[in-house]
Amino acid sequence: MFKKFTRDDIHSRSNVKSSIQRTLKTKLVNQYPKLEPVIDELIPKKSQVEVIKCEDKIQLYAVNGEVLFFQQFDELIPSLRLVHKFPEAYPIVQVDRGAIKFVLSGANIMCPGLTSPGAGLPDAPGFEKDSVVIIKAENKDSALAIGRLLMSTEDIKSINKGHGVELIHHLGDPLWNFTIE
Amino acid sequence: MSLREVVYCGVCSYPPEYCEFTGKLKRCKVWLKENHPERYTQLYGADDADADEDNDVTAVGKKLGESSIGEERENKLEKDLLKLQTKQENREQRELAKKLSSKVIIKREARTKRKFIVAISGLEVFEIDMKKLAKTFASKFATGCSVSKNIEKKEEVVIQGDVLEDVEAYIHSLLKEKGMENVKVETIDTKKKKKPTTETK
Repeated sequence: MFKKFTRDDIHSRSNVKSSIQRTLKTKLVNQYPKLEPVIDELIPKKSQVEVIKCEDKIQLYAVNGEVLFFQQFDELIPSLRLVHKFPEAYPIVQVDRGAIKFVLSGANIMCPGLTSPGAGLPDAPGFEKDSVVIIKAENKDSALAIGRLLMSTEDIKSINKGHGVELIHHLGDPLWNFTIE
Repeated sequence: MSLREVVYCGVCSYPPEYCEFTGKLKRCKVWLKENHPERYTQLYGADDADADEDNDVTAVGKKLGESSIGEERENKLEKDLLKLQTKQENREQRELAKKLSSKVIIKREARTKRKFIVAISGLEVFEIDMKKLAKTFASKFATGCSVSKNIEKKEEVVIQGDVLEDVEAYIHSLLKEKGMENVKVETIDTKKKKKPTTETK
């Protein structure tokens, strides 16, 4: 999604109305219920959320000049910096050490990288297909990418072939390097 | 429950544990040691004075990754990372050389009668944001200032008005800030050629 993303892709920047900001917050909590205790810390009541509309209907939401989450269609996806601040709230899969290199250059994650001994998938029932997951790596604390499951985690375990996760956002991609001045 | 403070590497901007994958590991380590010593010991062990320069990546790999991907793959990964690192270092050296060999050209051109424009080119190598610079100049000298392409299809900052000396001083201070004091700044003044012709008239 952010493989090619430059300043030229930004169409408009505007402040979000406080009423919309409230609905945004509830939506975020609905999607990631575990965020609830910290939501006021993430987006304080008095703060101003900014929406940055970009190419391909991507919208970035920023608080205090930091992009916290974004959406393309209906679903809100947290940015990596937000994930690092509070990693407990999201579904997590783990890849093995050999895969890190490729993930950091933006490759989709293949199933064997998720099923090998160093990797980790949640126990059954696991996550549905198309759900957004945080990708962390073996022996590392922080997340390194965010992706969307192309098959359910159970399928990944049983089929173990082909693309397992489509990468949305990873360390070092243009969104990671993006700053608002 | 509260938010976590995350330390990001000042060199590669990643969380420190991913520094080994960027190919800038050496500089990252130095940065981390200076700025967050406790995190450094946590990641790379207390004392790595004995670690060979060349073996940096392998040593870190062993410490960080008691990995499960098998020795063969681990070795391959280490090799790749080492390759990446040397590649990155070479690239950085090349860039530095390029920076040192290139120069900034400040040119004053006569427009009509007693009006001049000052054009600055050759800044793109030094990671200076031309648009921002144009804006600062515009407000600093209270003149029009913009970024445009010159004949060689390179970007240059064009300032309306006779401000050659001030611009030169400002550019010097700017380069000094970036630690690039040795960069040549060349000024070209086309006024001198023009002057005799006007006088003879």
